[in-house]
Amino acid sequence: MTRAAHRSAADTPEWTGRYHDFDIVKEFVIAFVVVALLTVALALVFSSPDEKQITLSRWSHADPFDFVATAATELDGTSGTATYGAPYSHTPDAAQKIGPVSLQHIVGVTQAIDTANDFVVGPLKQVPGNPALTSALGAWKSATAGQQQTWASAYDDALAKAPGNDPAKVATGNYGPVPVMLSSLLSLAQSGGLDGDLLLHGGFFQTNYTQPLLFIADGAYLENTADAQHLGGDQWGMMNETGNYPGQAWLWLYTFWYQVSPFTTSGNADALVWGIMATLSLGFVLIPFLPGVRSIPRWIPIHRLIWRRYYAGFPSASSSSKPASGAAP
Amino acid sequence: MTAPVADSNWTGRLRGRALRSLPPDRLLPDRQPVYVASWIYVFGVLTISAFLVVLVSGGILAIAGPQWWHSARLGHFVNSLHLWSVELFMGFMVIHLWGKFWMAAWRGHRARTWITGSICFLGSIGTAFTGYLVQSNFDSQWISTQAKDGLNSVGIGAYFNVLNFGQMLMWHIVLLPLVIGLFTVIHVLQVRRRGVVPPFERDPRDISADEVAS
Repeated sequence: MTRAAHRSAADTPEWTGRYHDFDIVKEFVIAFVVVALLTVALALVFSSPDEKQITLSRWSHADPFDFVATAATELDGTSGTATYGAPYSHTPDAAQKIGPVSLQHIVGVTQAIDTANDFVVGPLKQVPGNPALTSALGAWKSATAGQQQTWASAYDDALAKAPGNDPAKVATGNYGPVPVMLSSLLSLAQSGGLDGDLLLHGGFFQTNYTQPLLFIADGAYLENTADAQHLGGDQWGMMNETGNYPGQAWLWLYTFWYQVSPFTTSGNADALVWGIMATLSLGFVLIPFLPGVRSIPRWIPIHRLIWRRYYAGFPSASSSSKPASGAAP
Repeated sequence: MTAPVADSNWTGRLRGRALRSLPPDRLLPDRQPVYVASWIYVFGVLTISAFLVVLVSGGILAIAGPQWWHSARLGHFVNSLHLWSVELFMGFMVIHLWGKFWMAAWRGHRARTWITGSICFLGSIGTAFTGYLVQSNFDSQWISTQAKDGLNSVGIGAYFNVLNFGQMLMWHIVLLPLVIGLFTVIHVLQVRRRGVVPPFERDPRDISADEVAS
């Protein structure tokens, strides 16, 4: 016997008890056929969900006031994306922490987004044949950054106070070119042009939807639609699926933390939940080496149910609690 | 049963080591210890079977492209096959894992079997997650915009951008399936090499000669 073979045999000795016939290939073929047929049956009976996506065009048609209000926050830098912090913006103190450590801050901004220029001004520059818009953009460009901020903030505040957030009912004020710019952006979105503008980034082939998704997520329309489908974060949404279909039920533990205190109110909830799940996942992988945890199966003898037929043949053994000499626990 | 092998070069040494670790009758056994007699043992092979159905249905979707299933009835049906095979795959695997936990299947130097299996489980969660991200419908919009916060909060989102459809598609159909496939192969080979864990108190070193004879 070679040294390697000897070591292998000593580590895990060959079973010297009785055997029964077993055809591993036949078992696999039968299992595969059964699973394949079961899958076909489930697909035929239940199909699969395909809820139509929300485009900027659809959003701006369905809820134009929400669209304009969101665009106003993108322009004055108060939207969710504009104030997010890493990896999108350099907003101070926005990064989440686990204790004193902020991995979000350490990694930094890798997908910088200037919401005013990327979501509003840039796309508007692509609109041809609109003298009023051209004039408004000229005024915006020639103004100082401070003046731009004053106009945008004043309009954002006035829009928030307007009945129903209706741009037509905004109180009179000095908003500079902002009303023209935002009404033009609404028209651009409703025409479908904004969906393409936010995707192009100077290239023809694109697969990165970061900017349009962030813009849509800054508004209330996406979240309201999701809540109506019971997909909200406080509705165990991460593990749910649209309609009555099973979703990612295996995310139940991850989703669970978001339903209980202190994670429901903590500003660092995401980082804390990730920290907990990373620790639990590592523990799960390393169960064979965790004293106590690895002994749970011995303390709660569900194995007697699994091996009941075997133990029935050895009644003396089934009443023994002597640990196996080579057992890990 | 070890065939004589030449140890004179890398190939010979690799072949010799493979044959010593996994002789053919252990790799493809036609008998099992008598204690392997429970329905719980079926869930391992059911998990692998469902994984193959996932790969086949996903492969068909990949052939026709990520938008096919939105516009063609056949594409939608294949997507349904993919969804339900994933649900079965995860369900079978969870039952398999619980069964192995209650057997303490890491005993007898089988820790690597447990570790590779648990990595398959965690990797499968990641793969399924990226699958939900690349549906290119409302569900994927909502899941991606929600999930970004968790990933960004610990710095992962800076490089693993769930809002980037192209990046997530590559992870879903190439990188993660490769990892799961590799660890599944290692896991199965570990099971074949070490054998199925014996019952508590029935480790062969505890069995007296008369019990073995009976």
